[in-house]
Amino acid sequence: MIVSKNDIPSFLDKLIGEYQVFAPVQEGSYTLFKQICSGADAALTDGNTKLPAKEIIFPQSEKLFSYNVTAEGAKLESIIDDRKKVVFGVRPCDAKSLTLLDNVFNNDKYQDPYYLTRRANTILVGIGCNSPASTCFCTSVKGGPFDTKGLDLLLVDIGDAYVVEVVTEKGKTLIDNAGFASASEADKAAAAKAKDEAQVTCQVNTDGLKEKLDVNFYDPIWEKIHEKCLGCGACTYLCPTCHCFDIVDDAVDCNGCRVRNWDSCAFPLFTLHGSGHNPRTSNKERYRNRIMHKFKYFVDNFGEIACVGCGRCIKNCPVNMDIRVVLEDVRGSEARLDS
Amino acid sequence: MQKLADQIKDAAKKLLAEQKVDLVIGFAEGSLPLRGTPLFARTPEEADKLTWNLGCENNLANYLRKREGKVAVVAKGCDVRSIVALIKENQINRDNLYIIGVPCSGMIDRKKVNAILGGKELLEIEVNGDTATLKGNNCSETAKVADLLHNSCKDCRYGNPVIYDELVGELLPEKETDDFAEIKKFESKTTAQRRAFMNSEFSKCIRCYACRNACPVCYCEECFVDCNQPEWIGKSALNTEDNILFQVVRVFHSAGRCTDCGACERACPMGINLRLLTRKLVKDVKELYNAEAGVNMDDKAALATFTADDPEPFLVKE
Ligand code: SF4
Ligand code: SF4
Ligand code: SF4
Ligand code: SF4
Ligand code: SF4
Repeated sequence: MIVSKNDIPSFLDKLIGEYQVFAPVQEGSYTLFKQICSGADAALTDGNTKLPAKEIIFPQSEKLFSYNVTAEGAKLESIIDDRKKVVFGVRPCDAKSLTLLDNVFNNDKYQDPYYLTRRANTILVGIGCNSPASTCFCTSVKGGPFDTKGLDLLLVDIGDAYVVEVVTEKGKTLIDNAGFASASEADKAAAAKAKDEAQVTCQVNTDGLKEKLDVNFYDPIWEKIHEKCLGCGACTYLCPTCHCFDIVDDAVDCNGCRVRNWDSCAFPLFTLHGSGHNPRTSNKERYRNRIMHKFKYFVDNFGEIACVGCGRCIKNCPVNMDIRVVLEDVRGSEARLDS
Repeated sequence: MQKLADQIKDAAKKLLAEQKVDLVIGFAEGSLPLRGTPLFARTPEEADKLTWNLGCENNLANYLRKREGKVAVVAKGCDVRSIVALIKENQINRDNLYIIGVPCSGMIDRKKVNAILGGKELLEIEVNGDTATLKGNNCSETAKVADLLHNSCKDCRYGNPVIYDELVGELLPEKETDDFAEIKKFESKTTAQRRAFMNSEFSKCIRCYACRNACPVCYCEECFVDCNQPEWIGKSALNTEDNILFQVVRVFHSAGRCTDCGACERACPMGINLRLLTRKLVKDVKELYNAEAGVNMDDKAALATFTADDPEPFLVKE
């Protein structure tokens, strides 16, 4: 199928009646996913949004339930968001990140109704990346600029139109009645060419990385690696795969809400115990955790690296702590694999 | 710039080789164009990585608090002001610090570069005298370096380090005094307009605290936003009012200590105009007490001293 770029706003307008539609919107110098009220608001520019699409399914702050305590007892009301959503213009790396988060929120031990309800009710329409940024390394972590993992539809930019690839049944239902023409052979060839020409130039070698991390918990390399890190939450909050959260009560007297907020392993409170003890006393342990979690623990638990190579942490770290350099340093460290 | 970089390298190697210091903190070439990145050199070989360019924007004073051993730091004007402020607050022991001062006429703001490139990614930058050629994917633009500088650098009147043990490069001519034009403009707006601006600006805040952590004078053992017993401020990001409250308290806590280095604003991933608040306080402190943080070793920090004729317009409604 093919859709002209000019027809995208009216297509989105039609969807807005039936779904909450989220698309990248220009906010000053960057784009952010926002719920749009008009298809014309979608800013389908080059490159990725400042914040990942993750927050649509797993919001930074999410009310889980409200409560009200009286002499008669406590009344609880769960707040489950089951509104139908379309996320339009999501990049393949962000879509893949949700398949990673699925492991966390849906496994043998636990199924998270909040996340899963949103996930089930959301259709992800991706746009492939014709011009990957110099900081993109999706192809090094089992993704790619036209990867369809996690997507329901993939649009391939061929200049003034998109060639639409149907990935799932859910995606198909979204466009079945949209009246799009089918793609000609020439369109398909143009799409194949765009895919061919998109070059992810940045490669990150993860060979042997996990083996090093398996044994280098106490390696002196961490002393050096963390040194310039400020311990802020920028890299974790901008990361599509970071998923640590904290739960707080937002209450006045007996009325309130239980809220789930993103947390960050960079923060001093992250693992502070009630006793006052903190197993991660300094920034060294915290930064090590960021790397260990993505490239070891997640691999141990779910068999995949928890990084999709979007490059956000690289571009936005205030001190240019570059995860590519860190991983290279870890791989090159002298931690003994036989110890 | 290359010459400065070489001089910095030589100075650092000498200090390390002669064991005058254990550590030199400076900048290395970063991984992105126009990006210096903090470097911690403990041997002359490591010091070989030191450099100096228009992307050495971080305030290295941030790494100097409560350090053990003898440390040298490569410090531009604003870093040195922060160092002076921190010495007065007993966070830095002057006797253990060696300052390699670098006169600085400003660092380039990548946000301005991005705007000129129309949002395209910067792949390479070439600086030739006072012009810069910015190269992106299939595009190239030229701009005056002066137009690309951070606003904090444009406003800075202390590019020349106010104290140092060794100076590399030439001292720069004095600039005219700061007129705080944009702050006055903001002050002249109505309360409702100011409130509306604050709301729209701080609705973008993601509470990552990069601003706080990048600030050399923000160093409380436990920040009030982190404290959860009592909980001074809402932890969730649902509420712009809480974001504003965080910022207002942060800014008040650094009143009279803030050197207007701009590190907080540079660190903010969301591009929030934080200097509007920090500079308002810088302006107030200057107007009320004729004081500026970190400009010499003698003055006491404005809010750490008291005289009977201190103006107190915020206490007495006149
Ligand atoms: S790596 Fe950078 S963004 Fe991440 S916590 Fe450290 S300073 Fe902040
Ligand atoms: S670690 Fe960095 S590159 Fe990897 S997914 Fe997170 S933000 Fe993207
Ligand atoms: S990392 Fe890959 S999928 Fe993500 S924006 Fe870059 S090229 Fe696209
Ligand atoms: S508040 Fe901002 S401008 Fe002021 S000293 Fe801290 S980082 Fe520098
Ligand atoms: S750096 Fe920016 S986004 Fe982060 S807490 Fe500060 S103002 Fe908010």
